[in-house]
Amino acid sequence: MPKLLTGAEIVFKCLEDQKVEHIFGYPGGAVLPIYDELKNHPSIKHILVRHEQGAGHAAEGYARSSGKPGVVLVTSGPGATNVVTALTDAYMDSVPLVCISGQVPTHLIGTDAFQECDTTGITRPCTKHNWLVKDINDLSKVMHEAFRVATTGRPGPVLIDIPKDIQFAKTKYKKPNKEKKLNGKSHNKFSQDQIDELVKLLSKAKKPIIYSGGGVINSGPKASQALREFVDLTGFPITSTLQGLGAYPGDDNQFLGMLGMHGTYEANNAMHDCDLLINIGARFDDRITGKIDEFSPNSKKVHIDIDPSSINKIIKVDLAIVGDVTSVISKINKTIAKRKNGHSKSNKSNIAKWWEQIEKWKEKNSLNFVNSNESIKPQHAVKRLYELTKNKDTYVTTEVGQHQMWAAQHYKFNKPNRWMTSGGLGTMGYGLPAAVGVQIAHPEKLVIDIAGEASVLMTMQEMSTAVQYNLPIKIFILNNQYMGMVRQWQELLHEKNYSESYSEALPDFMKMAEAYGCKGIKANSPADLDNKIQEMIDYDGPVIFDCHVDPNENCFPMIPSGKPHNQMILGPNDQEDNKIKGKGKALV
Amino acid sequence: MPKSKSAYSIPTKKQKPDTYIFVVWVDNEAGVLARVVGLFSGRGYNIESLAVAEVDAVKNISRITIVTTGTPQVIDQIRLQLTKLVPVHKVAEFKREDKGVIFKEMALFKVVGKRNKIEKCLNACKKFNPVILDETKTSAVIQITALRREIDKMNKKLKPLGLISTSRTGAVAMTRGAKIFN
Repeated sequence: MPKLLTGAEIVFKCLEDQKVEHIFGYPGGAVLPIYDELKNHPSIKHILVRHEQGAGHAAEGYARSSGKPGVVLVTSGPGATNVVTALTDAYMDSVPLVCISGQVPTHLIGTDAFQECDTTGITRPCTKHNWLVKDINDLSKVMHEAFRVATTGRPGPVLIDIPKDIQFAKTKYKKPNKEKKLNGKSHNKFSQDQIDELVKLLSKAKKPIIYSGGGVINSGPKASQALREFVDLTGFPITSTLQGLGAYPGDDNQFLGMLGMHGTYEANNAMHDCDLLINIGARFDDRITGKIDEFSPNSKKVHIDIDPSSINKIIKVDLAIVGDVTSVISKINKTIAKRKNGHSKSNKSNIAKWWEQIEKWKEKNSLNFVNSNESIKPQHAVKRLYELTKNKDTYVTTEVGQHQMWAAQHYKFNKPNRWMTSGGLGTMGYGLPAAVGVQIAHPEKLVIDIAGEASVLMTMQEMSTAVQYNLPIKIFILNNQYMGMVRQWQELLHEKNYSESYSEALPDFMKMAEAYGCKGIKANSPADLDNKIQEMIDYDGPVIFDCHVDPNENCFPMIPSGKPHNQMILGPNDQEDNKIKGKGKALV
Repeated sequence: MPKSKSAYSIPTKKQKPDTYIFVVWVDNEAGVLARVVGLFSGRGYNIESLAVAEVDAVKNISRITIVTTGTPQVIDQIRLQLTKLVPVHKVAEFKREDKGVIFKEMALFKVVGKRNKIEKCLNACKKFNPVILDETKTSAVIQITALRREIDKMNKKLKPLGLISTSRTGAVAMTRGAKIFN
């Protein structure tokens, strides 16, 4: 008769069989049996965070930079509710997380027991699926199913709620089931006909654009490789969403930069004027489309996505291909290669005029800004950071706000999985714990959180985690003493009524660094910015970099509210001679 | 166009919504109804009626029938979002006008009054297979099966005849002929 294992032992057996190496967590009454078992499993390292939200974001950073699911372990009640923000964030940005939460013993469920909450009820709308395990015999099956749900199809978070008595109860362990029960949820069933139709559209297009998104990253490094081949084969221009950055090299000539609300002039105009739009693994988010009725009005639209519910959700498309980006693009590339002769000749000359037009748009240089010798411009700081780190394999996380957009605009990514940012939910406080998770997954790499001073204070406590595990993360704070994006909208949309957006009583970040036991660096003037950045890079340990920047800088270009792509507000250099600006101003 | 202070886009085109009936086969497990209903409320879809019960005790399958309204785009989304739920096996949807499908609701009417009024009630219900489930000298419980709007109509019609309480189920659906939902 096989040995009987406790629920806690089964949890670890499953984690071992799923090849989990790190879990991010915080102990508490209802998970103590699992924590007690931790010592018997040396292959699994537990990272103790300082707040459960931090555990969730760290696991997200870990997952997004490594392609493996992130695992979170929290206690019942407040432990579970604290992780809800991170679960929602992961759900919006399709990050595979497996969250294990403790629960009060089964006989106390529903009695308002100490630290009891309806965890599965609370997390139902922010997970792909969740389970309350009330029978020890279900535990191993549920654990393995959880990993499968989190990592297959469009990835996302799942939660397993395990009452304390189940953690003590004993049963036989069941290995993961090899045979996959797909329940109609496999979505890689595209046909060669669809591919042929797409290739036909490609060869006819005169003004094509490729718009790629986070789905390319989620599909794995092979997808980025296939995408690069595809762009090379077709000679088409490509733009990317916030989440897709890095799938295609940011410094390549065919890359038009990010699109959307703070995207480049050329990318947004190309989206508006194109006759063929190929969406690869993106979801027509409202930050991308602007006004729906006037979104890319004259184009045939193709949408490649693994999630059938993304198709026609926002924008009606002419051709939908439901499938994994890697398999779809590889199939397209093969099909193109087969008919290469006729195609490559006709098509590249077809789109020469289009490229001329794009070059004209590029001349606007829409990411420009007025630099200064007196104060550090935030865009300049990001540019210098990029120049000084581009030769290393750098991983960048961000918080949410102006700094995030400047990072997206001015930091060029050349590889997938190097850029971790909260796009869908827009969670301030994401970047610091995410950097912790990234550094755990890549101990030898340079990991930088490009942060704002307001965001970073939301999860500052995780510096303690970084110091405890000697994680040399660099927190690069663009400190403008404002919730900058809030201030910018108040300036442009609310008659400069800066209601509650100024950060009074900011802490001294140098002293804060000292208090946490890490290094603090402060930069005030453009003259010594480079040296200070270099000092940060060279320091072997966690750093808080307090970069004082011009507090009045706004993030441009910008698509104002309810406007289509071709009506952007440009930066200060263009404002005098720019007709759109005058008209745009009145309409904002 | 009104001046907007929002960074979100302004709603524009409004299509006409239609009534559809969704039939959803799910694993009969704890929380499954909450998942389905939560999807509707969370995404702002409408539920006009809901009927759910286990239909296969061996395979542990329940069948949920939901009447909803929405534009074709919203109906598409409802189907695709439902299909994504882990315990959902399959989803079928029909327009209310679909001639190939039978829709039925059941209602119980409690009528209090003299014999002749109760007789009148029964008479009025004649078209909808009335069954008397309980009878006293002064009251009766009448069961009918009919379409939603027919029950609405009867509800109104029986009020003056002594109807004091109505209880009704949500609609259930089944295709006509030998074929079943794929």
